[in-house]
Amino acid sequence: MGYELLIDRLLKGDARAAARLITIAENDIVAAEEIINSIYKYTGKAYILGITGAPGSGKSTLISTLTTIFVKEGKKVGIICVDPTSPLTGGALLGDRIRMKKHFTTDNVFIRSMANRGQLGGLARATEDIIKILDVYGCDIIIIETVGVGQSEVDIFRSAQSVLVLLVPEMGDEIQAIKAGIMEITDIFIVNKMDLPGADRKVSEIMQMLELSMNFKYDHETTKKEYTKALKWTPKIVKVNSKTGENFEKLLDIINEHKLFLKETGVIENYKLNRIRNETLQILKHKLTKRIEELLNSNSQIDEYIRLVMDKSIDPYSMANLIIQLLGME
Amino acid sequence: MSKNRKIKVLVCKPGLDGHDRGAKVIARALRDAGMEVIYTGIHQTPDDVVNTIIQEDPDAVMLSILSGAHNALCPLIMDKLKEKGIDDVLVAVGGIIPDEDKPILEKYGLKGFQGPGTELKEIVEFVKTNLKR
Repeated sequence: MGYELLIDRLLKGDARAAARLITIAENDIVAAEEIINSIYKYTGKAYILGITGAPGSGKSTLISTLTTIFVKEGKKVGIICVDPTSPLTGGALLGDRIRMKKHFTTDNVFIRSMANRGQLGGLARATEDIIKILDVYGCDIIIIETVGVGQSEVDIFRSAQSVLVLLVPEMGDEIQAIKAGIMEITDIFIVNKMDLPGADRKVSEIMQMLELSMNFKYDHETTKKEYTKALKWTPKIVKVNSKTGENFEKLLDIINEHKLFLKETGVIENYKLNRIRNETLQILKHKLTKRIEELLNSNSQIDEYIRLVMDKSIDPYSMANLIIQLLGME
Repeated sequence: MSKNRKIKVLVCKPGLDGHDRGAKVIARALRDAGMEVIYTGIHQTPDDVVNTIIQEDPDAVMLSILSGAHNALCPLIMDKLKEKGIDDVLVAVGGIIPDEDKPILEKYGLKGFQGPGTELKEIVEFVKTNLKR
């Protein structure tokens, strides 16, 4: 199947072509490969903003308010909302659009909901492909909303240039703030629903956490503490009210500051490198898993190995090595 | 497209009626049947609905109307879809649709007309068997 016609229309900024290509990329990884193959050279123009946070922290509402501002600046905005797939039925209810009702008919806004289809990490398999399609469609900014996350869904920081994490007052004590995971990948902390009591305490908890992690080296031999000046970005904190838009000028200043930081320090090159590396790794995993599954289902040798393991003649690790030999990968 | 692709359905309520329990129950039933359901809630204008269809590219659209405005809203939506050249999406309307209105809506290409008391599995079956692609 050829997708030249759709891709031609995509390059001209046709929304329906973009939507159909997204559907195809989502459903068929072989087709996705073909599409990305032909459009990859046109990608790289969009600025990618990742929004993550617990369920109910206000991600969709924040995106809606941010979008209003971006559109006013004359930008074309793409929004990708990821919601979870049911592990029991494979179905999904995608409800992020509801909070973005304001933008259903805004020119220059393209909203797309997607289910994560069982992928852990907060995004879906096809999210990277969809970012590229929206990029080529002509979006200046692509905002990705992850599924409502817990603590370890950190895929977003590999895809997005700036990661915004939403927190709300009165949720979790200061120990939550020093745990590993989400808190480590954040560029900008947003305390949403700032009108609720406890917003300031939340801000100071995050501040303390950041001070703890701030570039200090402890030498065990000389027991000397050494504070090193940060080469990397020190995460910023801002409290906002997404419903009223309060403090959003400040948030935008910080986003712009981060953008500038990435460019001026050259960190953006690093980001690009890591993104390509990670994406390729994901694709390889996918392809190899498929090959291995095919081999396991078709090769008669495998049953023999299994019997050997059952007899305790060999162990599962040795069997795995034998299979790697079968794949011809060693 | 691959055979075992997911069915994507848009469930929404056009017009000014706020009774969305039925729409939510249907969204939930379709979800439990393994479909990916986008729910956009109440108070949708025809333009809202059409733009969402363009961007989300669903296989089916389930409109829920209980206000009696179906004869005004549905033709508007269908005309706009036609204008955009969208003809491979199943568009169904349910809620309170009097029998005498059904032929009019059918002429515009609408299907379904499931009212109160319809079994959920009937609706799931309806979506599965009436898809246009």
